[in-house]
Amino acid sequence: MFNLDGKRALVTGATGGLGGEIAKMLHARGAHVAISGTRAEKLQSLASELGDRVSIVPCNLSDGDAVDALPKAAEAAMGGAVDILVANAGITRDGLLMRMKQDDWDLVQKVNLESYFRLSKACLRPMMKSRWGRIIGITSVVGVTGNPGQTNYAASKAGMIGFSKSLAQEVASRGVTVNCIAPGFIASPMTDALNESQKEAILTKIPAGDLGSGADIANAALYLASNEASYVTGQTLHVNGGMAMI
Amino acid sequence: MSDVLARVTKMVVEHLDVEEDKVTGNAHFIDDLGADSLDNVELVMAFEEEFDIEIPDDAAEHIQTVGDAVKFISEKVG
Ligand SMILES: NC(=O)c1ccc[n+]([C@@H]2O[C@H](COP(=O)([O-])OP(=O)(O)OC[C@H]3O[C@@H](n4cnc5c(N)ncnc54)[C@H](OP(=O)(O)O)[C@@H]3O)[C@@H](O)[C@H]2O)c1
Repeated sequence: MFNLDGKRALVTGATGGLGGEIAKMLHARGAHVAISGTRAEKLQSLASELGDRVSIVPCNLSDGDAVDALPKAAEAAMGGAVDILVANAGITRDGLLMRMKQDDWDLVQKVNLESYFRLSKACLRPMMKSRWGRIIGITSVVGVTGNPGQTNYAASKAGMIGFSKSLAQEVASRGVTVNCIAPGFIASPMTDALNESQKEAILTKIPAGDLGSGADIANAALYLASNEASYVTGQTLHVNGGMAMI
Repeated sequence: MSDVLARVTKMVVEHLDVEEDKVTGNAHFIDDLGADSLDNVELVMAFEEEFDIEIPDDAAEHIQTVGDAVKFISEKVG
């Protein structure tokens, strides 16, 4: 079950909390992983930790041309095309709409949504040829529920979901699945910075009574990447301890 | 031209899993050969690779029959 021997995965945002866990999980199950991000030292230390079957493919996702070139770079580095794309990198530029700057809107759409479009498009051709592919977008519970102060972020994450459902229908007959994972509150450097009362306020909204971990998201990614999930497409898997049941 | 026709025919037979005698010049990929719109896209991509040419999207839209494909490719390959 959940064996990825011989598969090649590209994970964006691998320098971040969730992306690092996802890369480690896919790697542990046998995949060759191409890890991407902009922080070179972080990529290097993750690569050293993983040892073999790992390639470093830096990319700034706000640069469209660089994004278009990323799957080819991953292919060259891994000696074969990407079978599993995990579009995990994401940013926030929070603020009430009344105060939101155009740049805050544009950058979030570019990094979160437009890069998903570009990467999917570039990865699709070899996937369709080989009649096997997995495209996994890391979205957010907020893309479905909304959240004040996050109009830009929520729009980008909801956009990923609509994109995935449409693409899933286009390519389902070719053995390529397209799904999203929507994390709820996951422990990260960001949540570590919250004070006790902020944390408590969040926890009252989570039936499971605790924040999620990167491993919870990585487990979901492993499932969607596996052969066992071949009949699952166009879905959004919510991993949120019950905080929103949609 | 005939070489292009032979290669295109072979590719169409393989990709759409149809009998070779059905792959005539007038054969319409979707109406006659059972392709769906994604097959069309895939065929165009396969032609690009096989003949090492670029087929822009607006040209690809007009490649609806085997003859269309052969004509376009022959012109490109020269
Ligand atoms: N943590 C949560 O509670 C939570 C909840 C819901 C959804 N999510 C989603 O999960 C994903 C991962 O989140 P995380 O918590 O792991 O965040 P994180 O630790 O802040 O990591 C974000 C990642 O995105 C990359 N990134 C940002 N801007 C980039 C750019 N312009 N070009 C290339 N890479 C860029 C970063 O790479 P560099 O630093 O190397 O540039 C980093 O690896 C995000 O899409 C986020 O929206 C997280």
